[in-house]
Parts: sequence; C-alpha cells; structure tokens
Amino acid sequence: MHKVYHQIDNIAGNVVNVKAHGIRYRELAEITSRRGTSLAQVIRLQGDSVSLQVFAGARGIATDAHVRFLGHAMQVPFSEALLGRVFTGSAMPRDKGPALKDNFIEIGGPSVNPAKRIIPRRMVRTGIPMIDVFNTLVESQKLPIFARAGEPYNSLLARIALQAEVDVIILGGMGLKHDDYLSFRDTLEEHGALWRAVMFVHTAADPVVECLLVPDICLAVAEQFALANKRVLVLLTDMTNFSDALKEIAITMEQVPSNRGYPGDLYSQLAARYEKAVDFDTAGSITVLAVTTMPGDDVTHPVPDNTGYITEGQFYLRGGRIEPFGSLSRLKQLVNGKTREDHRTIMNSMIQLYAGYRETLEKQSMGFRMSSWDQKLLKYGAMFEKEMMDLSVNVPLEGALDLGWRILAGCFDPVETGIPSKLIEKFWPKQVSGARAEAGRSQA
Amino acid sequence: MSTTGRITGVNGNMITVQFEGAVGQNEVGFARLGELRLMSEVVRVRGRYADMQVFEDTTGLAVGDRVEFSGELLTVELGPGLLGQVFDGLQNPLPELAEKCGFFLKRGMYFPALPRDRSWKFTPSVKVGDAVSAGDTIGTVPEGIFQHRVMVPFGLNGVWKVAEVTGAGEYAVDHIVAKLADAQGAVIPVALMQKWPVKIPIRAYAERLRPTEALTTKIRIIDTFFPVARGGTYCIPGPFGAGKTVLQQLTSRYADVDIVIVAACGERAGEVVETLREFPTIHDPRTGRSLMERTVIICNTSSMPVAAREASVYTAVTLAEYYRQMGLQVLLLADSTSRWAQALREMSGRLEEIPGEEAFPAYLESVIASFYERGGVVTLKDGSTGSVTIGGTVSPAGGNFDEPVTQSTLKVVGAFHGLSRARSDARRYPAIDPLDSWSKYGGVVAAQDVAFARQVLGRGSEVGQMMKVVGEEGTHLDDFILHLKAEYLDAVYLQQDAYHDVDCATSAERQRHVFATIVHILRARMRFADKDAARQFFHRLTQATRDWNRLAMEAEEFKQQQSRLEGMLMEADSHA
Repeated sequence: MHKVYHQIDNIAGNVVNVKAHGIRYRELAEITSRRGTSLAQVIRLQGDSVSLQVFAGARGIATDAHVRFLGHAMQVPFSEALLGRVFTGSAMPRDKGPALKDNFIEIGGPSVNPAKRIIPRRMVRTGIPMIDVFNTLVESQKLPIFARAGEPYNSLLARIALQAEVDVIILGGMGLKHDDYLSFRDTLEEHGALWRAVMFVHTAADPVVECLLVPDICLAVAEQFALANKRVLVLLTDMTNFSDALKEIAITMEQVPSNRGYPGDLYSQLAARYEKAVDFDTAGSITVLAVTTMPGDDVTHPVPDNTGYITEGQFYLRGGRIEPFGSLSRLKQLVNGKTREDHRTIMNSMIQLYAGYRETLEKQSMGFRMSSWDQKLLKYGAMFEKEMMDLSVNVPLEGALDLGWRILAGCFDPVETGIPSKLIEKFWPKQVSGARAEAGRSQA
Repeated sequence: MSTTGRITGVNGNMITVQFEGAVGQNEVGFARLGELRLMSEVVRVRGRYADMQVFEDTTGLAVGDRVEFSGELLTVELGPGLLGQVFDGLQNPLPELAEKCGFFLKRGMYFPALPRDRSWKFTPSVKVGDAVSAGDTIGTVPEGIFQHRVMVPFGLNGVWKVAEVTGAGEYAVDHIVAKLADAQGAVIPVALMQKWPVKIPIRAYAERLRPTEALTTKIRIIDTFFPVARGGTYCIPGPFGAGKTVLQQLTSRYADVDIVIVAACGERAGEVVETLREFPTIHDPRTGRSLMERTVIICNTSSMPVAAREASVYTAVTLAEYYRQMGLQVLLLADSTSRWAQALREMSGRLEEIPGEEAFPAYLESVIASFYERGGVVTLKDGSTGSVTIGGTVSPAGGNFDEPVTQSTLKVVGAFHGLSRARSDARRYPAIDPLDSWSKYGGVVAAQDVAFARQVLGRGSEVGQMMKVVGEEGTHLDDFILHLKAEYLDAVYLQQDAYHDVDCATSAERQRHVFATIVHILRARMRFADKDAARQFFHRLTQATRDWNRLAMEAEEFKQQQSRLEGMLMEADSHA
C-alpha cells in the first residue's frame, strides 16, 4: 500500500512541493483535494522535497490535499479496443464508452535503436499535387504543417488522414477548439474512417498542463500498433500549445529561459516526440504529421524554428494553399525517383519558373514594363496557382505530372524551361510542337 | 577502495550525489537503479556533493540510490575493428545493442566497443632492445585496406625500451603483444588496443604543420570557390531545409580522404540510417571496396540522451586523431555542432550557472575553439604526415548567423560555407551563398580565374539588385549581359545536382577543365540586338552547359557537347 502525504509545502503555478521519502523520478501521484482528484508527476527531487507537476492544474489545491504516490510512471491501456474511441489528454474516456483497464504500457519510452531503422521507401499518396508532386510524403516521415492561426490546417490534416493509405490513425489534440474536435470526429465518421482511428483530445477548455501528456500517449499507442505490423499515421495538433505548456512549467520551476521564455531543452523535448516516427525493419511504421502554428506568422519563433531542425521538412500553409517556397519534404528523394522518370524534373522546373513568376509579380507591382518573358511568366504563374496549388485539386500523382507538362507547354518554349533535352523529347506535349518550330524561326 | 555515494537530488538528467572519499572533475560514475548501472560524469563538485550529468534517462532514480565512482575519465577504446562500426556517443556498438535488446535503446547496457572474440593478424615491427616513445609503432595488423598501426600508448612519458615482443600471429584486441621497460625498471604491457580519455587531445606527434594541400570534396562551389584544406576546419551554418545534411552526406561519400568519421550529433536518426544502410552497398572508386570500410559513424541522434550527445563529438574527434596517428588523412563531419552547444546549455541551466548570451554558458566560445583546434596536419615521429579535417554544421536559431554558436565557430575555422534560405527556396543547390562565404585555403583551380568569376558574380548581383529598382528597361544592355553571365555561372557551375549520377561529383581535373571553359565564356565580349535576344541566348547556353555537366568526361559526347558550346559562343558575336 502506498503511503499518503498530507502536507504540501509550496504551490506555485501548476507545481506543488511535498516532503516525502523513497520517491522515484518521474513517478506518478494522485492529488486529491476538495476540487477533485488529479494526476501529477515528479519533476524534481531535492533531498526529501518532491516537486510535482499537477496535470489538472493546481487551482483549488489546498495545503492539506492528499498526495498518494502510485509507484510507477504514466501508463496507458493498450488494446485493439482503443480503435474508434475518444479519450481525454490523460487517457480517460471522453466518449460514452467504458474505461479500459488492461494491458497498461509505459509512455515516453526509450528511442529506437538507429541500427534497427530502415530507409523509408514507400510514398504516402494524398491526391494533393502540392504534396505528391512537389513534396512527397513518405511513410515514417515526421512533418509539421507551419501555419498562422486561422489557416485551414485542421481540415488539411483531416483530408490527409482520410486519403492516406494507412492502417491506424491516431489523433492527438492539444488545446484543440471543441468545434475542431467535433469536426475531426464527424469527418472521420462520415467517411467511415473512425473505426481505424483513436483520438486523444485535450481541448482548449481543459487545464493547460494536461496537454503535455498527449504526444507521449499518442506515440506510445502508435508504437504498439506499429510493433504489431500496422502502418500508423499520427496527427498532432497543435504542437505550439504543447511547447507553451512546457514553457509554463519551466518558468514555474525557475529554469533559466533560453529564447523568448522557452526552456533550453525545447529542442530535445520536441525531438524526443518527433523521433518516434519510424519504419521498423521487421514491423510496421509510424508517420507523424503535426501542426505548428506560428505566432505572428514568424518562422523564426522558437517553436517552428526548433521544429524545422527536427522534422524531415515542413509544409507551409499560407492563404489556404501549400506554399511551394519553404515547403520541403526531405525524404521525397527516396521515393520520387521511382515514380515516373519526369517526376523530379517537373518538380524542379515548375518551382524554378514559379520563383521567376514571383519576381515578375514584384516588378509588375512596381510598375515596370513587362517584357515578353515576363508575360509568359505571368501566364504561367496564374495557371500554376489555379490548376496545381489550389487545395481543392484532387488528382493522383501521374495525372498531376501530365498536368504539369500541359501547363509548361501552354506557356513556354521547351528551351526556356531548362528541362533536359531527352525528357523534352519524350514528354513535351506534341500538339504544341508547331508553336515550338515557329518560336525557333522567329529567333533565327 | 573506490569512492561511492548516495543520490540526494534528481533534476532532469542531472543528479546530485553526496560522496565519501575522493572524486575528480569529469570522473565517470555509475548510478545504480536496481540491476541497472547508469553511466554519469562529474560536472561540478561542491564540498561533499558532486553534480553529475547522467548519460541515460533518469526515470526511476530516487534519493538514497547508490552511486559508484570509477576513478577514470570518459575513455574510448582505440584499436583495430573501429572501421565500419556504428557507435553511440559513449562508443557503445549499436548493432550489438540491437541484437541484445531489440528495437529500443535499453538504458544501462554497455558493451565493449571492440569485439574481443575477433582476432587480428599481427606483424611486429620492433625487436627487443629498441627504444620507443609514445605513438611509435610496435607492429601492424591489416584492417580493411589499411595497415593499422599498433602504437605505444599515447600517454606514456619519456623513452622506453622494448623488453618483450611476441612473434607474428593472430591475436584478440586485448592480447598483450609487447612489454616496455624504462630506466627505473618499470614495465608496462602494450595490447593491440589502448584506451584514451576523449576530452584530451592526442599529442604523440613530431610537429604540427600549416594546412596547405587542398582536400577535394568534388563539390564544385567548395573546391573552386571556397576550398577546404587537409587538416583545415570549416563550418556550414544554415537555416533548416537549406541542405546542410545533404552537403555533409555528399562530402562523406566523395571527399578525397582515407577515413571519414561521421558524428551525427543530436540530429535526425533517419539521416544516419541512410548512411548506415547505403554505405555498405556503395563502392569507393579509389579502393573498389565498400565505403563503409573507411567510415565510422558516431550516432547520438536528437532523441537519445542529451549528455551523451555532448560526449559524442569528443568520441568522434578522438577516433579521428587515432587514425591520424597512422599517417592517414581523416575527415570528421560533425552534424550539428549547435546541438552539442545546446547540450552544454541544458547542463549549464541545470547547474544554475549565470547564463551568457541566449542562455548559452559563458565558456561556450572556448569549448568550441578547443574542439576545432583538434583538427590539423601533423608530421608523425616516423616522418609520415596525417591529418584531421573537421567540418561542422551549425544550425542557428531562426537562420540568423548573429547567434553565439555561429559567431564562436566563425572565429576559429578556416572556411565558412554559409547556406542561404533565398538560394534554397529558389532550389539553387548546394545553397552555399557565393557572396557571403569565404575560405582562407587555396583551391584546385587558378586563383586569378576564381577572382574574376567572383567579380562577375558580385557585379551581376549588383545589377540584379539595381534592376529591381529601375527595372529592365532602365538597365543598360551591357549591364544586363553581365547579369545574365552571373546567372549563367550560378546555374551551370555553382549549382550541382546531388541526385544525378555524373553531376553529383566533379573531380578536380574536371573542375579545372570545365571552369576554364566557363571563364572563357564569361570573358567573351557578347553583342545582342536586344535584351530578349540576350536572354534567349543564355537560356540555350545554360541548357547546353547543363547537359554537358551530365555527361561523363570520358564519353565521346562530352567533347562534342563542348564544341557545341564553343559554336554557340561564336554565334553570340554574330548577333550584332
């Protein structure tokens, strides 16, 4: 039987201090006060003084609250019965289903031995050309969506979840608006995907610190599914809220802040979560897609900045579109050489030309005369934005590549695109070859 | 009897230990957690209390748990069998750990770095009575393509006499192959392997030289414009997504050195895996053997314990120094030194030291300087030369080079390859900024040509800036052509396709040839009817030159394509 402690010494922020003996680092405790019972975790030991971070918040906790140490770190139940269920940030049922009580697993376990990982090799098809063609998503990738608050990142996540070919979807909501949570649930239900999903949702109305557990719980569950040979997609939204909760605790613990109040170990904390994305050599895989909202649309803010260094690329969502500049899938080279021979060329050429279009736009806005080259770029840019970038475009990869050639042929002479001559011969749409010959004559 | 102690506090990966007896700074100790022994290092001593950083996850430790001190600093094993290995920051062999513990990195598991059950064919090169000193060769064993030297322990002072030496034969790494005696009659044994504390540089050489010889990386912008010397140091700072890691991977493949040590320090595990899985299948064109046979990977990825991350760069540089002692050219690639600096920062924060800029500790600069100073070219005692070249990436917060880690690094390195977000956004890879970067070393092509090309780039960029203000119509045709020339040089020479079989690596010979041709084009006076004609011409020229880059130099088409380029150049004159 575990001993119960009655005397709380300090309460600061969401951290309480109690005098106790034989307590282990990161052990869990239950704090019972007049306002109810909450889980808390040991975050520092100093002599006989134990600091506990209270997940439900310290508000209302009195100095005579009961603290009972549980003798183990945070655990979640794991079984197939999780599928189709919705839980809170501390893994209690949020739907009307029963609480699960068996097969507890530890969360926040050790990282995977790099020697047991394999090179990711499977593309995750999404039907979104800006992803499939330009920044291919790869199984076991960890990729954030950088967006300003107000961008439709949650609907993008939901759409990827529905269209991606995976076995299990795990959604972790941190500070999620209740409406957003409901719309996630409804979207998955409508499309019959709820049965292969598990949701751990911490809403904006819940105590802030509780969201600290969400990524660990989601990833621990994902890991178990992956070890059971499942291909798992983990969606986390929004990691900025998670980081803010870390900041809050760090400040309360009087740690020296490094950058805008965030703790010095923000990078390691985020990495510990994102690095759970894995392709096992003899089992399944975990792919992580996370939303990171950028306060003030500033990518140099510590949260997106550290995230960018950890993840294998990033999608920028701006103006409701996936921005081609800055967006990057680092793993795309592993798969896009095997799709179709023109894939990489289309990807690079179209982006380089689009960069030219953006420059031209700038010149145009300053009132300069547009040369014939500028005119071509303007035409191209408009077509590219309308037919490729729009998030409502839904075509498989091959269709998108053909579309790319059609757009290029509709705007340029082959030499202007910088595409290797061999590919031009093979893929350049034939019906416009007349225009090409004509262009050649006028040049001579 | 060794010192022991009891834990009195746990804060993240730092424990405070009350000890009995004596402890030293940076001494290694083990915290007991049931059956597990968690390796830790003393980072501060105050009275009877030692603050220690634990190289493992501290979950489960409690006040009162026992700590055993080892009396030794953090050491690595040096001997045959290191090449081709994958270690964590503490020199734990990861494949063996995977075999014993499965998918996950179980804490508290330590294995010998060098397998004890493998034997090596030893040939002695000294005889009884020979005088030797630290770093002298006792004998050799073949390790892959190299003659691995078995050396007198580096820490030995003075001159010793060989008292005993075994004959040629097959021995395990811990087998004693010789005994040395000094004038006082002290005797010390020498095995195939020795141990060395990672934080102390190996200095058993005759003389340190100035790095002068260029190291060919086969990346054109580096070798031609911002070269690296053997034994030199360079850094690659850049915002995320600018291609630091791809650049490091290319260098590790194609660089013209004997041995590459890759220190994946606090970066993504996936990147290590690529190296890990691909290198065994790639053949080194120089030796015909797999690349892995000349590579050692030290891998402490971002989710692995932070304190071991700090140790990993030292482990890596110690291994590099060890192979340098055999007269080999070693390249150490550290990705990323910022993560290492952050590990220092985390620990400094836990120690509640007064923070410097951006909460980095005040001693950051001296720590970085002494790390890069471990690179260099040396003459060994037998007259051969060996080198350690250090290339470190830096990941500045927000991509801003004014932060402490980048600035401290720039002060001590010999070349700076600054990656730019603007270039990577425009898919101009490698995204090394040709205007901001610099190098203090000599390169593979004629210096006056490089100076001319840089001038073209600089002025072309100025014209480009001006054009943004006054527009194309306000720009003189000559200036416009200059701008196009700069863009052309950028497109066909500075940019290189890392994923193309031929273009990915350009030999020094090819660089000299191609660069001479391109400089010839840049120097040519061109006349065009108007700007559109000029642009058209450069579009075609660029495409033709890029096609040229994709042809193997030995191929017949290579020459044909070159004459085609020369033909186009003639045409530029006829436009008038």
